[in-house]
Amino acid sequence: MTATTPAWERVQLARKPERPHSLDYINALISGFVELHGDRRFGDDPAVVTGIGAFNGRTVMVLGHQKGSNTRENLDRNFGMPGPDGYRKALRIFKHAEKFDFPIICFIDTPGADPGLGSEERGQATAIAENLLALASLRVPSVGVVIGEGGSGGALAISVTDRLLMLENSVYAVASPEACAAILWKDSSAAPEAAEALKLTAQDLLEFEIIDEIVPELEPAHEAMDQTIQRTGDVIERHLAEIEAIASDQGIDNLLEVRYQKYRNIGAWVDKQEEMLGELPTPMTASGNPGS
Amino acid sequence: MPDFFRRKPTFNRENADNDGPVVPDGLWVKCAKCKDLVYSKDFERWFRVCPKCDHHARLTAKQRVEYLLDSGSFEEWDRGIVTSDPLNFSANGDRYSDKLRQTAEKSGQRESLITGKGRIRGYDAVIAATEFGFLGASMGSAFGEKFVRAVEQAIELRLPFISVSNSGGARMHESTFSLMQMAKTTAALSRLGEHKLPHISILTDPCYGGVTASYAMVADIIMAEPGAMIGFAGPRVIEQITRQKLPDGFQTAEFLLEHGMIDKVCRRSELAEALSLLLLHYTDATMGRRQPDYVYVSNGLGEDGS
Ligand SMILES: [Zn+2]
Repeated sequence: MTATTPAWERVQLARKPERPHSLDYINALISGFVELHGDRRFGDDPAVVTGIGAFNGRTVMVLGHQKGSNTRENLDRNFGMPGPDGYRKALRIFKHAEKFDFPIICFIDTPGADPGLGSEERGQATAIAENLLALASLRVPSVGVVIGEGGSGGALAISVTDRLLMLENSVYAVASPEACAAILWKDSSAAPEAAEALKLTAQDLLEFEIIDEIVPELEPAHEAMDQTIQRTGDVIERHLAEIEAIASDQGIDNLLEVRYQKYRNIGAWVDKQEEMLGELPTPMTASGNPGS
Repeated sequence: MPDFFRRKPTFNRENADNDGPVVPDGLWVKCAKCKDLVYSKDFERWFRVCPKCDHHARLTAKQRVEYLLDSGSFEEWDRGIVTSDPLNFSANGDRYSDKLRQTAEKSGQRESLITGKGRIRGYDAVIAATEFGFLGASMGSAFGEKFVRAVEQAIELRLPFISVSNSGGARMHESTFSLMQMAKTTAALSRLGEHKLPHISILTDPCYGGVTASYAMVADIIMAEPGAMIGFAGPRVIEQITRQKLPDGFQTAEFLLEHGMIDKVCRRSELAEALSLLLLHYTDATMGRRQPDYVYVSNGLGEDGS
């Protein structure tokens, strides 16, 4: 049993059921919101909400993972864990946005993608992968905000956006601390330690330049819901206006290039080519080394 | 809390070895599935596939390249790229940097992906192959960088891109850096597509999590080896969470074919032939030129493999 850690406390805050969820943001920030349902292929995943509305005077497509604020709601929403139908609903909305030149706002709040039997049968991995591909080349501006829990590929599948923001008490990691602890500590009760090791706080990710800005929570979001949502809206507006300006002044291809480079350049590696050449008896490496 | 990139404990290096052949006296290999003994020279000649039960034993990246590419045609790229351990990660006192060093010594690889250029039955292609012996072929920063460089190089050289994957998923030790490699590798493939160059993905046992949910499933053509286990969440995780017994054959290559997720289940011995036929079509139609001076180069393994 590990004592709590600062990162673990963030995880607890990020998961608080009373914390505002996607629909709270949508209802407060998007006027005339019309929820759109279904992936046109199999079903309508309640773990993802999607729709169209106006954000500060412009039409946008908006979507988010949707958690419940109590057990009943969470059972209805599958705890905010989408299946392939949820990701394909999101994909439908991305394409819709592209067709009509509407920018996209995504709210990220999931423990991860649904790990069920049906999800596997209907191609969970494929659905996530296809969203990553679509977002990479989508010809409209997009802003993503991690409002609570950003869990693994299930979060990533709607967060490959031009700008990525995080609420101060949200977290974003490759796996849940419990899962990481179970695998690398062989003990899921080491989750607080794992949370610390995973460097999953907004502050960490800003330092790593993986996110663009932190939306401050002067008080935890669930204690100051209206102020937090308004402040989040202001930060989204600033980023959206900036990328819209890039798209209109320099053309959408420039925005796509900036987006490509943003994700292209994430990674922490070194090239030890030089020092290895000496130590390899018969270097397999020859020519063709692409530059970075 | 459910976990999506959880690797089955059986995916570790030690057990990966068990899945391969056991060699009691060097002459004979024991099949991990049917436990029958196979003459080891035959086993190698048959691409490490059991002639009795067709079990496809796992290959190292090096073996994969040897089996798939024309003899002597492989030119490896970016061998020097290694992770810089951005989180200074350690779990329970075990430092990631130590683990990387030990793994490199044991596997003979510096990272879990090798990339380069080679020929398949005379056709040039860029290839990326995972090394399961290196931390379960998990995808971290170095993997992602090597992969993207290879894709960019395929665009530069106007060559098709072939990935051969098995993996436990994204690498925990680099956390969000690893997660973002899913976006990074996929974005590169989006560019490959814009240049009308094909990505052919070969899935091998086992392929899970962040690799399946990114570049490996974003391919123009997807093939898998018989019996390969492929999915998003691992079977143990699914059983734990859903408390359901999984149906027979769940998440096998054949299951994926039946569910419309892949194009073809292809035996290892037929893979080079299948790929070369596809490469012929793409080279002629999409890439706008025939390969000059087609020369059949034997893979040097004796059998023609078909
Ligand atoms: Zn056998």
